[in-house]
Amino acid sequence: MEKLNWLKSGIILGSVFFLAVLLVKPIGVSTQFVILDAIIGDKINPELITKTGDGKIQSTNSYLNKSGAKYAKSAIQPLNYDFIFVIALAIGAFISSQLRNGVEQSEKFSPKVWNDKFGKFANKRLLVTFVSGFVVLFGARLAGGCTSGHMMSGLMQTSISAYLFTIGTFVAAIPTAMIVYNKSTNQKTRRVK
Amino acid sequence: MNIFLAFLIGGLFGFALDRVRASNPNYIITMLKLENLYLMKAILFAIGFASTLMFAGQMLGLVAVGHMSVKASYFGVVLGGVILGVGWAISGYCPGTGIAAAASGRVDAMIFILGGLLGAFVYMLVFDQLMDSTVMNSLFGGKVTLGTIPGSKYEGIFTIRGDILGIVLGFVFMFVAYKLPEKILKRR
Repeated sequence: MEKLNWLKSGIILGSVFFLAVLLVKPIGVSTQFVILDAIIGDKINPELITKTGDGKIQSTNSYLNKSGAKYAKSAIQPLNYDFIFVIALAIGAFISSQLRNGVEQSEKFSPKVWNDKFGKFANKRLLVTFVSGFVVLFGARLAGGCTSGHMMSGLMQTSISAYLFTIGTFVAAIPTAMIVYNKSTNQKTRRVK
Repeated sequence: MNIFLAFLIGGLFGFALDRVRASNPNYIITMLKLENLYLMKAILFAIGFASTLMFAGQMLGLVAVGHMSVKASYFGVVLGGVILGVGWAISGYCPGTGIAAAASGRVDAMIFILGGLLGAFVYMLVFDQLMDSTVMNSLFGGKVTLGTIPGSKYEGIFTIRGDILGIVLGFVFMFVAYKLPEKILKRR
């Protein structure tokens, strides 16, 4: 399958952003991690989300309870737009990846940039991505959104929060990537074609 | 109907993330190292393209202004961005692309999601303490946009027309995307 150039990629991605705001609302992802946590949490401890006598939904957790318990409501009604959106995101990515015969075997556990720098230690990579996942979602919740909701959707709407978030993200991400994946200290030097 | 649209738009978004290689951590990390800016150009163009279409559509009455959803500005937005940025640079995944990458068969992305679920859970637990701290202090008046968008419930920090400004900025984003070199720093 042909590798798209930046312009075609930009038009495809931009069309999806536009379609989202035309038909429903801007794209967002990270809140659904909380919703899935709440669904799991409520299965383990049914006291987490409860219905009062007059049918009001409430949670013992104040985060789920905020803004009229909107997260608690989503968690007991997972067939809502935002949650299905993220499920569909996974399905769409799966279909696209199958059309290009999936991820190469050598990339399954760790990407090439990682292997070039740290060697092929899958366990180390998996530990690092677990911690990164923790950090990324904690940061996203603190910020009230992630790269999708704050950066893409926010910048296209000229939201001030998007500029704050984008500055914070890149100020941290660029030096981090440069230091962590610094070529001069490669464990394994590979010739680049 | 809403559920159908969720499948349609979510599905297209996931398909697009995989197709444009945004869910490939090699492209994210080489972008952040400023070695290969292909993805940066694509994303900047996408933002500009969508912004221009949305605001032009609003001016023509084809896009509902009420569909906009502007997030609040507070100190935690910057701090959260910094925290997210560190994890993003190390893993090469953010929440959306992590899910797309996991669905494409990347095992490290599946583990990233598990870590993410734990991170979001811990946030739920410390939310009360954070609410009382200064990180929630509002900046620039909360849910605000750059210009003042006609018919929008959000205030603009400038009185200039927000929709026209949005179109102008949309073109700026597309122009920067076009001008930005694909490779800035050479690979050693």
